[in-house]
Amino acid sequence: MGILEVKGINKRFGGLQALGDVNLSIVENTVHAIIGPNGAGKSTLLNVLVGKLIPDSGSVMFDNQSVLGRKPFEIAQMGISRVFQTPEIFADLSVMENVLIPCFAKRDGSFRMHAIEPVRHEREIARQAEAMLDEVNMLSKADVIASSLSRGDKRRLEMAMCLVQEPRLMLLDEPTAGMARADTENTIALLKDIRTKRGITMVIIEHDMQVVFSLADRITVMAQGTPLVEGSPDQIKVDPKVREAYLGETQV
Amino acid sequence: MLGLTKKDFSLFILVVALTLLAPIILNPFPVNSSLGQTFNAGYPALLQRFAIFGILVVGFNILFGLTGYLSFGHAAFLGVGSYAAVWMFKLLSFNIIPAIVLSVVVAGLFSVVIGYVSLRRSGIYFSILTLAFAQMSYALAYSVLTPLTNGETGLQVYPSDPQVLASVGAPSAPHIFGLPMAQSATWSGGGWVFTFEVGYYLCALMLILAFYLSIRIFRSPFGMMLRAIKSNQTRMNYTGLNAKPYMLRAFIISGMYAGLAGGLLAAMDPLTGAERMYWTASGEIVVMAILGGVGTLIGPVVGSGVIKYLENIVSKINDNVLHSALRALPDGLENFLVNIIHPFVGEGWHLTLGLLFMVVVIFLPGGLVQGGQKLGAMFNRQSGNTTAAERDAARQTPSKPAE
Repeated sequence: MGILEVKGINKRFGGLQALGDVNLSIVENTVHAIIGPNGAGKSTLLNVLVGKLIPDSGSVMFDNQSVLGRKPFEIAQMGISRVFQTPEIFADLSVMENVLIPCFAKRDGSFRMHAIEPVRHEREIARQAEAMLDEVNMLSKADVIASSLSRGDKRRLEMAMCLVQEPRLMLLDEPTAGMARADTENTIALLKDIRTKRGITMVIIEHDMQVVFSLADRITVMAQGTPLVEGSPDQIKVDPKVREAYLGETQV
Repeated sequence: MLGLTKKDFSLFILVVALTLLAPIILNPFPVNSSLGQTFNAGYPALLQRFAIFGILVVGFNILFGLTGYLSFGHAAFLGVGSYAAVWMFKLLSFNIIPAIVLSVVVAGLFSVVIGYVSLRRSGIYFSILTLAFAQMSYALAYSVLTPLTNGETGLQVYPSDPQVLASVGAPSAPHIFGLPMAQSATWSGGGWVFTFEVGYYLCALMLILAFYLSIRIFRSPFGMMLRAIKSNQTRMNYTGLNAKPYMLRAFIISGMYAGLAGGLLAAMDPLTGAERMYWTASGEIVVMAILGGVGTLIGPVVGSGVIKYLENIVSKINDNVLHSALRALPDGLENFLVNIIHPFVGEGWHLTLGLLFMVVVIFLPGGLVQGGQKLGAMFNRQSGNTTAAERDAARQTPSKPAE
């Protein structure tokens, strides 16, 4: 039994079958990559997993609880974090505040009215946030407004915001898209580090084969809304169907 | 001190000092001089307005400044608060305590309903929904609800009203446990006359409390969540936070501030009409907030003060005042200057306000407060101490120009 069980998901947009009978089982403590050519339904699938889209049929169970019909914030409270293609951070707030907010969300749930005591009196929360920033080497930038960070730093901040909530599953949507080579290397190193230190299950949607093959334990190749093959990186590299559907254009 | 950081505390003390000393500070000229008759703003009726509109905009800023949700119907809560207060005067007595309590409660209930519906949408649709509610309230007050609002005549207290709690010998005007709002002490010396009125000091006390509460809210986790909503709702959701209840609480708090302001308006002058809820009144609140500096602590107080000053003082300047002020100049030049200035003063004060507003929005999107901070940073740079003020200026500048 995987931590995330996707069974028989179908989703139509008008005449387009975006997802057709998707079955997927994500095993705890693994990095599972989902790859496929443009239009294969990867992002649609991710949106179903986080509650942004409701599929026409099928089920998605996280830790034996259904996520379908739940709002994104409820799914996040269940322990599923999401990293976006373009880092989604609180750009107008300081780096420190960016990390404080998920700390509060973890301790207090989706809503709590604490409008009188100042933030700075919450010592324990501040300690957590500082430790997290230290871990991603951003403590020196704690007072910087997040919008002025470099692209790579924004990505690291977003990761820190997810990690500080100690999620059980992280969904990453092309975490290195549009990044310079050096930033990509850093991100891979960061993800590997998270993986070995914290053992968080990850689902990665990615175009960059270097990222996929250096991180993933399992790979699912999607084409036209359906999983085509699933296997270990070594199996995927040599699978003729995959070469035909996707890798044919690339030399691996 | 008082749970505030050093910086916030000094800001708070500044506001306390300014409000308490306003009757003196705003009367800089001898009472009988021509400058005094025009520019002295330290008379009770105007001072009350400074404080009351200060409260109103401080509350509006908790919603608009922190969350970025632009309510275009906030005057409705002000109007509802006034009606509630006058009804208390009619039914119970002229004691202002129950009147003000009820005005806050009723405005709060109103904002629960309006907020619940309007917050289903964001951006321009939210603004339009609040505007629609306010205009609806205005139209209803003039028509169907006449039994409650006394329609065009306006709601006021008649001798025939029950006033069941009124004690014999109590003042027949708003009072607080027998001390009439209109009672005042004067202090005069050397041509200057300063008036210290009970009503103004009540409003001033309320403004100080309202301002203090707003600092606490700004610095609390709740305030931080509201800024997070303004910054990125997507991330808010995926962090596991439900934006709706945060927004609704902010809306209600800001509605209750408006209710308090409405109650105080009625307590200063126990009559009210539907025009208090008209959309131009809501628009004025928005202009005050933007002019002063949206999302800053002191901006709302500055913005409402500047506009009330223009409205009441600049509008009083007529050609006679200009001529006497420029008497020293040669006649030709004097007439020329008077003709130039003429369109901007007196009835033309709206032109001055409009130009000021445009200058602020274009060059100082952070409002007059940002202007002040820029000046402060310039002086600080000379003494080699920039960081704190500049970081703060950067933080308080909205990322997008306020619309």
